[in-house]
Amino acid sequence: MTALQTAMRSQPAPAIDILRIRADFPILELEVGGKPLVYLDNAASSQMPRQVIERLVTYQTTQHANINRGVHYLSETATAEYEEARRKIQRFINAREDREVIFSSGTTDAINLVAHGYGRKFIGAGDEIILTTLEHHSNIVPWQMVAEEKGAAIRVVPVDDTGELSIDAYEKLFTPRTKFVGVSHVSNALGTVNPVKRMIAFAHARGVPVLIDGAQAVPHMAIDVQDLDCDFYAFSGHKMCGPTGIGILYGKAALLERMQPYKGGGDMILSVTFEKTTYNAIPHFFEAGTPPIAAAIGLGAAVDYMSAIGMDAIAAHEHDLLDYATEQMRRMPGVRIIGTAPHKAAVLSFAIDGVHPHDVGTLLNTEGVAVRTGHHCAQPVMQRFGVPATSRASFAVYNTMSEVDALIAGIRTVQKVFT
Amino acid sequence: MADARALYQEVILDHNRKPRNFGTLAHASHQADGHNPLCGDRITVMLDLDGERIAGIAFHGESCAICKASASMMTATVKGKTRGDAETLIGEFREMATGKREPDNLPHIGRLAVFAGVRDLPTRVKCAILPWHTLHAAINSLESTSTEAADDPMHAPIGDA
Repeated sequence: MTALQTAMRSQPAPAIDILRIRADFPILELEVGGKPLVYLDNAASSQMPRQVIERLVTYQTTQHANINRGVHYLSETATAEYEEARRKIQRFINAREDREVIFSSGTTDAINLVAHGYGRKFIGAGDEIILTTLEHHSNIVPWQMVAEEKGAAIRVVPVDDTGELSIDAYEKLFTPRTKFVGVSHVSNALGTVNPVKRMIAFAHARGVPVLIDGAQAVPHMAIDVQDLDCDFYAFSGHKMCGPTGIGILYGKAALLERMQPYKGGGDMILSVTFEKTTYNAIPHFFEAGTPPIAAAIGLGAAVDYMSAIGMDAIAAHEHDLLDYATEQMRRMPGVRIIGTAPHKAAVLSFAIDGVHPHDVGTLLNTEGVAVRTGHHCAQPVMQRFGVPATSRASFAVYNTMSEVDALIAGIRTVQKVFT
Repeated sequence: MADARALYQEVILDHNRKPRNFGTLAHASHQADGHNPLCGDRITVMLDLDGERIAGIAFHGESCAICKASASMMTATVKGKTRGDAETLIGEFREMATGKREPDNLPHIGRLAVFAGVRDLPTRVKCAILPWHTLHAAINSLESTSTEAADDPMHAPIGDA
């Protein structure tokens, strides 16, 4: 980072023009059952701005063909746009090289790629994998599959009552058999921001590579994979104003080049005979078959959109929303916030005394308020906090303070119905 | 959406607050566990079958208001009836909750018609059906059932939690 950039970062983030931003999202004009939509389910999937929708239309109406195949105009154009999207994402997360950015179908697919490509090659009987209680099922199940197949063991970092990881316990879990660490940057169920930079440094001092599940972090804060020094970083397009069906695995080139292939097929090869197949170089080595080209280009447009607003400005706005909502909810009798770590991002999980989260969700929906209810694909977190499920409000850059007010009013309505 | 709000009417809220036949039976002849893995609802239905007659019935578990009220009203309705009567009701409740038939056309549904509104809430249909689904399993001596089991007898629409 240059001195100028450092100086700029220390300045307060510029206020965002919320009305202009909201006007970019056509879906926010919807009414649900006669009430204005209050969309607070962004951790599940965010909405798409006109700029991304229009980019998809432009691609599909003037640029589409298969990539890396034809010599004709459209194929060359589509290939160039696809690779340009890769470079946009490279710059967005500050990867050293564009070949370290692999297109996947989403975070789940990206983690499975690492579990298969790295885990199944380098993890063996008696080895240990460290995960945390806060992980989404997508950063648990692929490692259980590896562990079961190889006879390896999974060690789990506990959390305290606020939803913060015990770093002391994490450090004590390391043994000479520790071969891999997988940890979420931001908990999808609680919103806890984990101290991943410190955790990565500790693992690296013991020669252990680290994968960061960044699905809930990339949409909400500036990410610099070189600064974090993570070995792998996985995230999804549809949680950051992009399309579904596209995600990213960032990996250090030196590691990616040592891994085994994930899916076999076209594009990931240089030559094929029935006697011998020669594989293509990264990133193509991990991108077998025709990828979701439009979605990748759409994700590039989403990165442009978010960059234009500025990730620091987005983070500041969402923190204001979270602080305001937390403050309001804390004052409500009979409402318990689940996840009260000092460092949180954009997620507010809560329980209402005597009301099941499903009933909360259905009744909030009658007020036009969309929240997620359930276990959030993080059942170990639910077990840790002794609840079958929670209700979860999660924020994005286009949410407003008055939408927080609508949520709070909705919760009062739920309580009134159930008294 | 007003319909969804109407679903939370007094009778359902009352059964949620004060569920009938909530607890266990000391001498159950049949019992089954029902689970909706999508939302975590769990319910156990215990039966005391005297020949063909349901002499006793109880349920317990942890679930949302719709599920609990449905279980409460179900137990109150089928107690003292025959297995055949119960299976008829299970069928009618399923037809109503999934929107296949109007409650007016279901001869035995009676006051269970308060649950008709769930048909407009695809993600909540299973909440209402789970107790019935579990009763069906208990009557037929199946130990457990799931709204997601391959042999899901209810064939309710898929809804995510």
